[in-house]
Amino acid sequence: MFRFLFSRIGLLIPTFLGVTIISFGFIRLLPGDPVLLLAGERGISDERYAELMDQFGFSRPIWEQYFDYLVGLLNGDLGTSIVTKKPVLTEFMTLFPATVELALCAIVIAVALGIPAGIIAAVRRGSFTDQTIMGTALVGYSMPIFWWGLLLIILFSGILQWTPVSGRISLLYFFPQTTGFMLIDSLLSGQPGAFKSAVSHLILPSIVLATIPLAVIARQTRSAMLEVLGEDYVRTARAKGLSSSRVIGLHALRNALIPVITTIGLQVGVLLAGAILTETIFSWPGIGKWMVDSIARRDYPVVQGGLLMIAAIVMIVNLIVDVLYGLVNPRIRHT
Amino acid sequence: MSSLDASAAAKTESRNANRAMLAEFWFYFSQNRGAVIGLFVFLTLVLIALFAPLVAPHDPNFQYRDNFLTPPFWQEGGNISFLLGTDAVGRDILSRLIFGARFSLFIGVVVVTIALSGGVVLGLIAGYFRGWVDTTIMRVMDVILAFPSLLLALVLVAVLGPGLVNAMIAIAVVLQPHFVRLTRAAVLSERNRDYVVAARLAGAGNLRLMFKTILPNCLAPLIVQATLSFSNAILDAAALGFLGMGAQPPTPEWGTMLAEAREFILRAWWVVTFPGLAILITVLAINLVGDGLRDALDPKLKRS
Repeated sequence: MFRFLFSRIGLLIPTFLGVTIISFGFIRLLPGDPVLLLAGERGISDERYAELMDQFGFSRPIWEQYFDYLVGLLNGDLGTSIVTKKPVLTEFMTLFPATVELALCAIVIAVALGIPAGIIAAVRRGSFTDQTIMGTALVGYSMPIFWWGLLLIILFSGILQWTPVSGRISLLYFFPQTTGFMLIDSLLSGQPGAFKSAVSHLILPSIVLATIPLAVIARQTRSAMLEVLGEDYVRTARAKGLSSSRVIGLHALRNALIPVITTIGLQVGVLLAGAILTETIFSWPGIGKWMVDSIARRDYPVVQGGLLMIAAIVMIVNLIVDVLYGLVNPRIRHT
Repeated sequence: MSSLDASAAAKTESRNANRAMLAEFWFYFSQNRGAVIGLFVFLTLVLIALFAPLVAPHDPNFQYRDNFLTPPFWQEGGNISFLLGTDAVGRDILSRLIFGARFSLFIGVVVVTIALSGGVVLGLIAGYFRGWVDTTIMRVMDVILAFPSLLLALVLVAVLGPGLVNAMIAIAVVLQPHFVRLTRAAVLSERNRDYVVAARLAGAGNLRLMFKTILPNCLAPLIVQATLSFSNAILDAAALGFLGMGAQPPTPEWGTMLAEAREFILRAWWVVTFPGLAILITVLAINLVGDGLRDALDPKLKRS
């Protein structure tokens, strides 16, 4: 098992180095002088220019600059935002919990609805129910989620006035952010109505973000189930006289879920890409909106740092999924 | 029989074989009702895009100053000459949607062409030559896949500068690794088959082996992936347009139209609803065709 783990980590190192090269190269590939870009639109004096050129080391050979960048990364230095003058890592850490909270809610919705939907569709293969579920899943899979979010805002915030349009919680509530997760913090605060407000802010963005993973998980569960239901051991279980729910729930589902777990893990990239759009629509203060805003504000150190952190997270989650997959499926471990 | 007759006979035979293959393909494809509907919708969209100037009732960029935010014709205050209403500066939404179909389909075609051709060449090279070439190519693809696709496309556009062409390049770069992986996997399973060895012994060169001998036998998964990429490209380009990084106003691109419409969502539902619906219908039609293609081309599913 450890050999498997180490070989997977070993494979990640060159990929991670590649990611650092892209995030390092990003600022240097931008058209124009990097220091002038960093200085922003106000411009700077010649002395300050030379000083900055030295400070950032742009005058030194490129490989030396890259080496310094790597050393900085190892010390947790992702650069400093031009706009807020705060370290990029600090900003990231402040905003990250908001995205995690949103993504977790989305994945819970996607799994809780997607797996049962896929099972039902597979068990009633070819029926009207199957066709409805799979048709809905294909619509969800094809959905431009930025438009879907706007539609939900029109319906639930505009016409029905059930949910707020943006943010994480009503401005009426103020309490310390102990965990960074609004649902938990609002409960801890003990303020009446705070938790309800947090939920009502969270519900629409999570539905929007859950849409595509939900469709993917439902489709994947159905096809995995269909494959398993045709296996001999399922037929044997049925022949033994076991009840249909026992065969499906115990024998078939267990094996069908193995590929589904991988699919769920692979949704992390989808969720982070979706967070860019979802957070923008709902003004959700997470890293997706932060990235979009930073690109618009030309806050390039933030874009550079955020890009690296997000790629690192995707890689780590994929590693965990890989290892989990090896745990539940020993055949993979030994190849 | 003279040699001329023989070659003519061989040609007819191969034409007949092709026709039989097509007939078989259509047999399986047409069994999937959704796929046929999808294909029909898609072909309609292609026709609309081709004949946009003839179909559209108005100039997509003309601003009717007396008709700001006119609702669709069936609503109170609607006007029959603006079937789906007008936007905030008085442009006819239906005409903009019709011209927008040109952009979306064009984006799909260009992106898939770039990603497919680049991906196939890299995948063929990696799978055929193996060794360090393979390792290098695949590690680079891993790096691209480590980023969420939309984020990488956004950042690439930030580097290249906002605009439709740069958005298409960025999306093609992001979609390419899937083609590389698929091609490589298919080449790996084919390269040691007897027919490849036979062709090599007969003196075929590397290029001929790669493109004429091996590639045609790897096409099925690539066709399916190309369809999926087509719909992904349309979605991503619309998303970039929505974020202000794709096609720029006043281009009637659907995502860009949505971005312009955002501030009116609670006042004029139609400016938001129709462009998104157009994206959804197009993407859905292509995905339906993709599902049908997969079922028709995948021999494993055929038997079941």
